[in-house]
Amino acid sequence: MSAADWQRIDRLPNIYCAGCGNGSVINCTLAAVEEMGWTRENTVFISGIGCSSRAPGYILTDSLHTTHGRALAFATGVKLANPALNVVVFTGDGDLAAIGGNHFIHACRRNVDMTAICMNNQIYGMTGGQGSPTTPRGAISTTTPYGSAEPVFDLAELAVAAGANHVARWTSYHVKELMAAIATGLQTPGFSLVEVMTQCPTNYGRRNRLRQVSDMIEHLRTHALLVQKRDRLIREGKPIPEGMFVVGELVRRHRPAMGVRA
Amino acid sequence: MLKITEGSYAVAEAVKLCRPQVIAAYPITPQTHIVEALAEMVANCEIDGEYITVESEFSALSACLGASAAGSRAYSATTSQGLALMFEVCFNMAGLRLPMVMTIANRALGAPLSIWNDHQDTISLRDSGWFQLYAEDNQEATDLHFIAYKVSEDHNVLLPGMVCFDGFILSHTYEPVDMPVQEEVDGYLPPFTPYHRLDAGDPISMGMYATPEYYMEFRYQIQQAMEQAGKTLVAAGKEFSEHFGRDYGSLVEGYRLDGADTALIAMGSVCGTIKDAVDEMRDAGRKVGLLKLRAFRPFPEREIVAALNNVNTVAVLDKNISLGNSGAAGTEVKAALAGSGITVLDYVIGLGGRDVRKRDIARVVDLAEKGEGDMFYGLRTEVL
Repeated sequence: MSAADWQRIDRLPNIYCAGCGNGSVINCTLAAVEEMGWTRENTVFISGIGCSSRAPGYILTDSLHTTHGRALAFATGVKLANPALNVVVFTGDGDLAAIGGNHFIHACRRNVDMTAICMNNQIYGMTGGQGSPTTPRGAISTTTPYGSAEPVFDLAELAVAAGANHVARWTSYHVKELMAAIATGLQTPGFSLVEVMTQCPTNYGRRNRLRQVSDMIEHLRTHALLVQKRDRLIREGKPIPEGMFVVGELVRRHRPAMGVRA
Repeated sequence: MLKITEGSYAVAEAVKLCRPQVIAAYPITPQTHIVEALAEMVANCEIDGEYITVESEFSALSACLGASAAGSRAYSATTSQGLALMFEVCFNMAGLRLPMVMTIANRALGAPLSIWNDHQDTISLRDSGWFQLYAEDNQEATDLHFIAYKVSEDHNVLLPGMVCFDGFILSHTYEPVDMPVQEEVDGYLPPFTPYHRLDAGDPISMGMYATPEYYMEFRYQIQQAMEQAGKTLVAAGKEFSEHFGRDYGSLVEGYRLDGADTALIAMGSVCGTIKDAVDEMRDAGRKVGLLKLRAFRPFPEREIVAALNNVNTVAVLDKNISLGNSGAAGTEVKAALAGSGITVLDYVIGLGGRDVRKRDIARVVDLAEKGEGDMFYGLRTEVL
């Protein structure tokens, strides 16, 4: 099946705002799925609530659109009921890092065999732009009108610490790298988190001096620090520049996993 | 002073006037505008309190429980799935007899997923020990917050309360609202004086285990407090009318029930539509009236019996369904009027945002007068 065969054309146009990064993430995911040679019969997409979680509705295969934050818990049930299924979870920063944080760390700890793709737009987009656990310090949201004062979660590092077998982070700008990272996640037995820093021009950019879509994408590109470069800076005893986030593959390992076919 | 405002902002303004000390909430449509506005008021120091951007509704109500236990006036707002997630804390809060007020912008519960209005969310919490008030319009939604805090914190009550107003239909609608000023509200609603609170100088343990020798007595006392809440609501509603000129001195509100043969019973914004429909039917010579339930918990059984003394037929409109039985209000009205000889029929209507129009009300009256009811009204049989 080619990537185009996975699209539900009858559901277009989708609900995403002009300039939203989620479409890029879905396309990269479907391209990776095509690369894997997966078919509709053995693939299921699962999501929670939020803009990210509308994605399975636009993909032509079995999907389970569940409650807010719980996608990984539902997905664990699906995977263990039928380990032959390829399970992919679409989630967002609000879904995964806030209301679903507990399910997230336990899915990593159990290392359940699935791939979670987190569209991290650093805001609650669907409900109109409230501050989330990944809203950067100082960023304006509707619940932080003078800038967020709280520290953020580093979701990728959290997944590494909690035990996931594969963790990578890219941005919606790095489509080739993102596609390859998702493909690696799909191939890796155990839990894989692919975090995608993505733009929300409607509810993040316009409140944070990133009014144009291209401004947001450029912001993501220029604030992405390759993991190899970070490691080099650490080796050389140099400081990590402020405001940067690490991209690349953070871990690939072979801890015992749950739900892997014997 | 009358001002044109969105329902959510009217509620936020009312909450501000109640001087909340801790606000904790999580974004969920269609409630979000309320807490966005409150977050800004806290950020602007218009509210002398804390706003916590919690990670879930469960955490929101848990934080409010903690705040109330520590002796603060707490506030949250949610709807639908968010309220469902609060289920455990709702029962705890009532059981611990901790006051607070929470606004619910009523919305359907999934699955299927819906963001539109019905009353399934709050009706599903009717057994939790929270008193529940339902607003017909944004003026009533505004006013009920002042009353709800007063009743919730009354030492004879000490129960949390929900102010329910219909999601989108009221929360996102601009209406003129007579908003009191701070001095007026301060004159009506005194500062929160906790009956029991966490105080290191006088330590107490809250939430401890109750053995079978004590558990039932705790539950009995909550039930007594709920009965008291009914009386306190009436008193607080009367006092409100003395201060503000708008009368909420009853748990129910009758509309053109004099000489009515058929009475409709409903809650929330649909009552506004029903009043218009009743006017038209009255103009056409039909003897129809409305009994609006402002409180669903405590259930105003005596008021219903008294108000419907002279009618023959009662049609209850339920924007909820107790699956496996019927609409919740219908069931309870039937019980209240058992043995009275009045025919009570239930209509499950307007679920998941299905519009209820004046002609639907007229058709319900037609059906009720023919004795046809206990049904889902307005099903699209072509898609079944």
